[in-house]
Amino acid sequence: MAEQESGIGINVRNLYKIFGANPDAYIDAVKGGMTKAELNEKHNHVLGLKDINIDMPGGGIQVVMGLSGSGKSTLIRHINRLIDPTAGEVIVGDEDVVKMNEAQLREFRRHKTAMVFQKFALLPHRTVLENTVYGLEIQGVPREEQEKQARGWISRVGLDGFEDNYPNQLSGGMQQRVGLARALTNDAPILLMDEAFSALDPLIRMDMQTVLLDLQKEIRKTIVFITHDLDEALRLGDRIAILRDGEVVQQGTKQEIVLRPADEYISSFVREVNRGRVISVDMVMTPLSGEPQGMPVKLGTVLEVAAKKMTDSNVPMAHVTDADGKPVGALGINEVISAMVTPVDHETAA
Amino acid sequence: MDWLIKFPAMDTERLTALKKAIDLGFRDFTRAYGDVFETALYPVQYFMYRVEQLLTTSPWPLVILAFAVIAWLASRSWKITLGVVITLLLIGYFDMWEDTMKTVAMTVVATIMAIIFGIPIGILMGRSDRVQAILNPILDVMQTMPSFVYLIPVVMLLGIGRVPGLIAVMVYAIPPIIRLTNLGIRLVDKDVLEAADAFGSSNWQRLKNVQMPLALPTIMAGVNQTIMMALAMVVVASMIGVQGLGLPVLKAIANQYFTLGIFNGLAIVGIAIIFDRTSQAYGKRLQKHLEVVHG
Repeated sequence: MAEQESGIGINVRNLYKIFGANPDAYIDAVKGGMTKAELNEKHNHVLGLKDINIDMPGGGIQVVMGLSGSGKSTLIRHINRLIDPTAGEVIVGDEDVVKMNEAQLREFRRHKTAMVFQKFALLPHRTVLENTVYGLEIQGVPREEQEKQARGWISRVGLDGFEDNYPNQLSGGMQQRVGLARALTNDAPILLMDEAFSALDPLIRMDMQTVLLDLQKEIRKTIVFITHDLDEALRLGDRIAILRDGEVVQQGTKQEIVLRPADEYISSFVREVNRGRVISVDMVMTPLSGEPQGMPVKLGTVLEVAAKKMTDSNVPMAHVTDADGKPVGALGINEVISAMVTPVDHETAA
Repeated sequence: MDWLIKFPAMDTERLTALKKAIDLGFRDFTRAYGDVFETALYPVQYFMYRVEQLLTTSPWPLVILAFAVIAWLASRSWKITLGVVITLLLIGYFDMWEDTMKTVAMTVVATIMAIIFGIPIGILMGRSDRVQAILNPILDVMQTMPSFVYLIPVVMLLGIGRVPGLIAVMVYAIPPIIRLTNLGIRLVDKDVLEAADAFGSSNWQRLKNVQMPLALPTIMAGVNQTIMMALAMVVVASMIGVQGLGLPVLKAIANQYFTLGIFNGLAIVGIAIIFDRTSQAYGKRLQKHLEVVHG
């Protein structure tokens, strides 16, 4: 994990957002425990976010998951302050975004962040190339350099030959590739993706997830990815935070969330998850006792792959090895299979 | 029960006094500042005069060619270009060339002025709800006030002639361009604006790169409406000495010259169609990027 610390981290601290005519009047009451329902019914203000604390490590993908109305899109807009918070801090690197003045904020948006939108939000009167250079254009980068960067990323997202097309001439998937190329051309250390793939067909969505994961191996940006789709969250997220009604109900790695859902709400989500593809052997292996037995399996291998390997070579036991090939744990086929099938229901587990 | 049948109006003496006071006040104002306005409007007068000179003293084939080229550049349509040429030839053949050129000059200058003042006002209105709340009722009044009424203060202030006519025409024709610029700016997709903000656009960059280009088709519809209103007002403005096609129409009404009225009326219709088709075709070409929708 050491190499992932290279990017700029984002720390959200005690963030509150109240929507309405006079949010400051109610912030203390909300901090004192007034509920969302009470605020809404008695004072006609909406509690958008309540006491959000998330530490997003630099260079990794932080997924924020929640259903519509959970506040996830509101949260991501606080990172580049498209929405002003009612209280709290958003520390990016060592700067507090909340305290920036207008000029500082503009510079921050130009150089530190880039954003990809659910509805693409491309400029319809500009071609693919002209859209892609937008971030550099408003920074005042020389035109030649803009185009050089833009063409590189257009090619990288697979849109060679479409530079002079207008967005309307492209399919949804291709338009979002333009959105991605536009954000990447900005060359900012933070990439904010607001339900970036939600508007796409399932197959295209998978495709775009693959594109993003491949790119991330090389760019290593700090990515904040918003989604309502748990499969997407588990596929992309190094860390996942789950939001409901403006509050974080659980955060952690994907395995922690699948194996130990914090409440009934989350277990209802994870019940349908293909656990074999999410949980890795690290979580089910037992401490090594005596000599390592059976075949070696690398740390980080998901259960599905481990089970396939073990059944293929017809061995009931395996040992888990770390990056240097040193055995660190033991693995039985029974544990692998039971971890794949047992539904860890919040109620039945208790 | 008399007061139920007859409306209890202000008594005549007081009403007369009130009207007199306003009239005298305005008269004093015009006497005091009429010269100032006239001096301030001198550049407009000069511009107006030059445009009219250019159109009336240039050889007619050259003028027709120029119109054809402009129509072609704006519309890229042979049909429209040919229509322009035929209409102008017919107008010339029926001996209305000079009057038509004067009307065209007035319309063009009034439209240019309406654009120069209207678009910035429309932008301000589009960016501020308060400005919109103030301007909307004013525009309502401007659009519903009978057009003749505009002529009165203008004549009192500036006398009769080209420039007062131009001011009256411009004031009458400016509301659509203001309204549609405002509308165009307000209709710009919120998502696209948010994207522009997220990349750190300044206010000016937002306006230049996003709001104006996306509002342009709507603004062009406003320009088109403004041209049409200006043409309509040019006829009314002939009452205060504006030369052109309106004057013969006025004469025809006064003397019941049916044919004279119809011919000049048709000439106005002719140039209205030229302006309308050309500017609409241009507006449509601006939206070319919207045409090819992915199936």
